[in-house]
Amino acid sequence: MNANLLSFEHAAFGYTRSKPIFTDLNYQLRRGTLTVILGPNGIGKTTLLYLALGWLQPSVGQVLLENRPLQDYSRAEIGRRVSLVPQTERQPYSYTVLEYVLFGRAPHLALFGAPGEKDEQAARQALARAGIPELAGAYVDQLSGGEGQLVLIARALAQEPRVLLLDEPSAHLDLGNKYRLMQTLSDLRKHGTTILMTTHDPEIALAVSDETVLVDGSGSVTVGTPAQLLTAESLSRLYHLPEGALEIRPSHPGIVLRRL
Amino acid sequence: MNDDASLLKAQPERTQKSWVWAVLAAALVLLLVLSVFLGRYPQAGVLRIDQLRDNLLAQRLVVNVRIPRLLTSLLLGMVLAASGTVFQMIFANPLVEPGFLGVSQGAAFGAALAIVFFSASAALVQGMAALFAFAGLGFSYLLARRIRVGSWLLRLILAGIAVSALFSAGLGIVKYLADPLRQLPEITFWMLGGLASITWTKFLAVLPACLLGLAVIFAFRWRLNLLALDETTAFSLGAAPRRERLVMMIAAVLATSAIISVAGMVGWIGLIIPHIARRLVGSDTRRNLPAAILLGGAFGVICDDLARMLMAGEIPLGILTSLLGATIFIILMARGLGKGVRA
Repeated sequence: MNANLLSFEHAAFGYTRSKPIFTDLNYQLRRGTLTVILGPNGIGKTTLLYLALGWLQPSVGQVLLENRPLQDYSRAEIGRRVSLVPQTERQPYSYTVLEYVLFGRAPHLALFGAPGEKDEQAARQALARAGIPELAGAYVDQLSGGEGQLVLIARALAQEPRVLLLDEPSAHLDLGNKYRLMQTLSDLRKHGTTILMTTHDPEIALAVSDETVLVDGSGSVTVGTPAQLLTAESLSRLYHLPEGALEIRPSHPGIVLRRL
Repeated sequence: MNDDASLLKAQPERTQKSWVWAVLAAALVLLLVLSVFLGRYPQAGVLRIDQLRDNLLAQRLVVNVRIPRLLTSLLLGMVLAASGTVFQMIFANPLVEPGFLGVSQGAAFGAALAIVFFSASAALVQGMAALFAFAGLGFSYLLARRIRVGSWLLRLILAGIAVSALFSAGLGIVKYLADPLRQLPEITFWMLGGLASITWTKFLAVLPACLLGLAVIFAFRWRLNLLALDETTAFSLGAAPRRERLVMMIAAVLATSAIISVAGMVGWIGLIIPHIARRLVGSDTRRNLPAAILLGGAFGVICDDLARMLMAGEIPLGILTSLLGATIFIILMARGLGKGVRA
């Protein structure tokens, strides 16, 4: 089996011609890794996820999923291989968690189909893997932010994807929920799920990632292990911080903002 | 983590209440049978079995007038409730209804145009109403594609408002030009809605379009859930949100325009019934769409029963659906929109 699940080959993309976001993006997502895309707000991290999902297509170059161009797959085929956990989601109606997670079965169903017994089992299994089996009967609009995020993860897992894309999953979570979320993602990775997630928080990258992708606005990305990339110098440059503002303590991983 | 195997075996917490279906279906059948005997002939109130057996005129009245009218009121309620559910899902907004996107105003304009300028046979009024209802959707859709601000849904909403306003202005002009003694009352009457002139021919003429629309919506009912989600999310779940929304809209407007072409403007059913269905069986459209269809059918029949029975003269159906619908809406709002809808 090829080690590369997703490959970006000389991909270029911009929402307008005058402001390209990527000019020559080359990057391979390795199977079984938890990879964190790191960069400041508005630099193009979500765009990279959308390119990986096939929602956006590069104007030049291509994105390959298991060595086949993404645009050669049908939408349902992509849905069975790649799933997305959006940063936030509009929920106009109040579903039970189980009903909501069952939406993840859509790519496995025919156009006029509806989930059956087998799908319900898959959904319950996904809830268990996300660590929230007890929430099946709760209503999605009555959950806390952390629980809501785990429900979205469960729905994505119900798709039985090869790769899980997450867009800033910890953006609105407090410290405790952030920790539990990372724990869940780390567990999923240990059980073989490939994860590609964005964050603007370098601590998350340091805490959980096998590989880090830095998006710095240069039109390309830098890829490496967290230890290689997450240095005080590189982070200061990435986030436009003055020299000496950051401190990274090698003995005890963590990034500390100097007291002002 | 808990034991996975035991969790998988655990019975799902059913929000589905099987008695709701039994009650709904039984009530609708009972209502239909009862409605055949309700009316103002030979006396106001209930037609007795012996009268139906012995009175030839009563038999003819039931077969040629009451039954087609009853079936039309049933179809009207079913179509408007199903279309209302579709629109509320597609726009992820519990306050839209099937007349949205220029459909109602388009139909009214088309009917008025036929009445004033083509000295209107009934068939022409219907045809023009249906045609312009569809044109309303078409214009809204095309305009939305040209608007340069906002998300796709916002653009559709803006386009719908603009197209409705244009048709409304057009309707104003046509009414202004209408003969105040002959044509204006006819326009007004059409806009109030009613089934007094329904015959088997009219019923059978609109039946295929209504059934086709209903069948597509019914077959698609679980997937409708996905169309209320954000476009990216729906896409990530394997759906083609824009294309699928368009197909559902066409099915809903096809059925709606067909039925309002014979019934006139009948409001509120498409807004209120989906709410009640969500309250009864939850937000999953796999369950609440069939519930809305049954409830809508019953609501249509009840309103039309009242329209033909309450007074010696006919009360326009649209007035009754508005009166009852708005009253129920106020009660629901006062009690909160319920578990089916976010506050």
